[in-house]
Amino acid sequence: MDGRDLALSARRAQGRRLATLAALAALPLAVLCVFFVLPVAGMLRRGVVVDGHVDLGAVWDVLARPRTRRVVWFTAWSAAAGTAASLVLGIAAAHALYRLRTPGRAALRAALTVPFVLPTVVVGIAFREVMGPAGPLAFLGLDGTPVAILLALVFFNASVVMRGVGSAWQSMDPRPAEAAAALGATPWRVLRTVTLPALGPAIASSATIVFLFCATAFGVVLTLGGLRYSTVETEIYLLTNNLLDLPAAAALSIVQLMMVTTLLAVAGRSRRRVDVARVPPRPRGVRRGDAPAVAATLVLAALVALPLVTLVRGALRVDGGYGLDNFRALQTAGPGDALAVTATDALATSLRTAVDATWMALLIGIPIAVAVTRTSRSAAERRLRGALDGAFMLPLGVSAVTLGFGFLVTLDRPPLDLRDSPLLVPVAQALVALPLVVRVLTPVLGGIDEHQRQAAASLGAGPLRVLATVDLPVVWRPLLVAAGFAMAVSLGEFGATSFLARDDRPTLPVVVYQLISRPGAVNHGMALAASVVLAAACAVVILAVERLRVPGMDAL
Amino acid sequence: MKRTIPCIAVALGVAVAASGCSLSGGGDGGEATSTDGRPTRVVLVTHDSFALPAPLVAAWEKRTGYRLVVRRAGDAGALTNKLVLTKDRPIGDVAFGVDNAFASRALDAGVFEKTDVELPVGAEPFQLPGADGRIAPVDNANVCVNVDADWFSARKRRPPASFEDLTRPAYRNLFVTPGATTSSPGMAFFLATVARHGDGWKGYWTRLMANGTKVTSGWSDAYEVDFTAGGGGGTRPIVVSYDSSPAFTVSKDGTRSSTKALLDTCFRQVEYAGVLAGARNPRGGAAVVELLLSADAQAALPTSMYVFPVRSGVTLPKAWAAFAKQPPRPAALPPATITANREKWMREWTDVTSR
Repeated sequence: MDGRDLALSARRAQGRRLATLAALAALPLAVLCVFFVLPVAGMLRRGVVVDGHVDLGAVWDVLARPRTRRVVWFTAWSAAAGTAASLVLGIAAAHALYRLRTPGRAALRAALTVPFVLPTVVVGIAFREVMGPAGPLAFLGLDGTPVAILLALVFFNASVVMRGVGSAWQSMDPRPAEAAAALGATPWRVLRTVTLPALGPAIASSATIVFLFCATAFGVVLTLGGLRYSTVETEIYLLTNNLLDLPAAAALSIVQLMMVTTLLAVAGRSRRRVDVARVPPRPRGVRRGDAPAVAATLVLAALVALPLVTLVRGALRVDGGYGLDNFRALQTAGPGDALAVTATDALATSLRTAVDATWMALLIGIPIAVAVTRTSRSAAERRLRGALDGAFMLPLGVSAVTLGFGFLVTLDRPPLDLRDSPLLVPVAQALVALPLVVRVLTPVLGGIDEHQRQAAASLGAGPLRVLATVDLPVVWRPLLVAAGFAMAVSLGEFGATSFLARDDRPTLPVVVYQLISRPGAVNHGMALAASVVLAAACAVVILAVERLRVPGMDAL
Repeated sequence: MKRTIPCIAVALGVAVAASGCSLSGGGDGGEATSTDGRPTRVVLVTHDSFALPAPLVAAWEKRTGYRLVVRRAGDAGALTNKLVLTKDRPIGDVAFGVDNAFASRALDAGVFEKTDVELPVGAEPFQLPGADGRIAPVDNANVCVNVDADWFSARKRRPPASFEDLTRPAYRNLFVTPGATTSSPGMAFFLATVARHGDGWKGYWTRLMANGTKVTSGWSDAYEVDFTAGGGGGTRPIVVSYDSSPAFTVSKDGTRSSTKALLDTCFRQVEYAGVLAGARNPRGGAAVVELLLSADAQAALPTSMYVFPVRSGVTLPKAWAAFAKQPPRPAALPPATITANREKWMREWTDVTSR
């Protein structure tokens, strides 16, 4: 073969790779364009274009306000602090509950994920009951302080770190760490020099997501900050929802997009791969050196438990005593038959929607994860795959209010007259769950040695066989984690659902919201009871998903 | 090999979708038009608190042949803004829930179409000036300062009675209100102070905040967490709530309520309904307005949406008749003034309260 032939075949291979990439990315990109780019662009256009001209004057005015600077600064540091605290507790919990044989770890893992689905309005009230004037932690004086906001951010997000890092840790090859220990390294040194660097990509992935969640947290900031603290997200809500000041909202949306893009670019640089073991190690027994991790896990468990206990207690409170009346009332339409459906029907709707959202998130997420983890042969190709990866994280970093209003003003004419479609709710939820799915899958998928696939193929395995014997054994567990996440996101999602949900079929969080904004002890009790049911449903779903076994792989 | 991965992904998706636990197969049910080509589906856009008893709606559907589809669009502010933004392609046929704090924005934008729905007896005084038959008043409620009367009598202290009292040292750290920027009753209370103090409201709010007033984001956590009579074991016996709230703190024997509304501190909220300009089914939309104004629906308002009917002669629930006293002369502001000043007020209010 002379040089020209070689160049030609290399170019052909390159072309084939890019064609595969395009094929993988086509459907996800189309969904992203219709359900994210179009609505957000529609809202930005309404803010920036005045009488047919692009007018950036109003946008600059907003950016120049001292208030805007304050808001952006508070958003940045509260999200950074929330992420840091979630990382510390989440990584400790990942070690204690995924790597160690701690008693009751499956149940604890599910329990720690429960906050993820709880409606923020209920959590806000539960937190205030714990830290407020009559609560058990009143003496700390945290009510209405930024610390309260931080605790709530950790409450919601530590489990994201725990699950993301935990699933990578679980399939990580333990031998380097064992070797270091055998050579005399202390547990702390092993952690610092071997384990954490190896987990780097998974940690960076989780940190990125958690930062986006923290930076766009909305309900908890309003409820716990007592309106003294504004974030970019709460400002956009106020400007769009209340004042209809679209230029100002557009200005802040642009700030938000820039912050998110910068973050994603930085995170993209730090992303490498986890070396995965072909057969993941069994969890080991607890040793003395694990004490700090176990202690941190207990702290996290307490942080999660306190508001949950308050919630359960409130749900059981009836007329000065305790009873199950509030739970029984969930089978009715509430006092005055004021609910459109019973809470039990709403739960059924929630579960059905969650199934839809989950398969959609996996359907879109798996091709993206595969596309971004294939080996790149050139810098340009690598950048392309990196950009693709980042693009699907954007929906997490953009205000749900902007997105919701955008749906209404852009998806309103054929061929995209989708405002009436029953698919809108699960699609919106799938978009929120998508980054989690991708983030859970990529570190592991990327860690599979390409040589293993080639070896299998050269031994005569067909493409499916390669997938089943090389990829699946390593990926199936993270896949289940991703599915569980997607379901949890869908079960708890409120922002997008509340204005998309058709009234004859509201989901459970929508019903909780309706109940809690009504007067009277019965409505309040029912709202708390419905939240408890939602939490329990989430825990059951996650436990069930984790227990699913792929035939022939019980050895794991 | 690479080619097979998307195939597997698709197969996986299809398999789960086919497993049956899915919404997408459900469809809308029912025909969109009747046999004579008249549209039967009528879409009501409303706020999150909308509720009517299901049997009442079913009876109306049976009688008129329409099928009611309800679509919620957030709180009153979000509802109004969505209607304004989508006025060229309305998201429904009829809207309910735009209140007097937001109505003029919607009217100015030309969201509503004139209809000839006849108002019931008693509704006239609730008409919005300048509405010109485009929107009809459906319900009203007053946002008032409420006090835990039992808390005060147990301590042999006199409860406050006026706006001014709330700034006195005797009531230091005892008052909680939802914020004007995030809560509709919070906004109404703010407007009441503006109606009372005019441009002097900033001075009033500065004194209010200096007297230890607590601002929460929503009504639920002000009432349920901070208020002493809200069940959450709060420490503040004075709260911004509704004139109907005392009907929900009635003793077991039904003879007395432990809270009461201060009728000199009230702001009137009126909610309107109207047919949307450019609606696909304007006749159906008008029929929905008629439904909302009907005697049955008006009688259901207190138990379904916790508001008072505009129609005269409607029987109120027992607790309401006994304990939900309406103020004789609630404060009000011209809707156009609210619309013109809202942004400035909200910015200044935020500055005063977050100092």
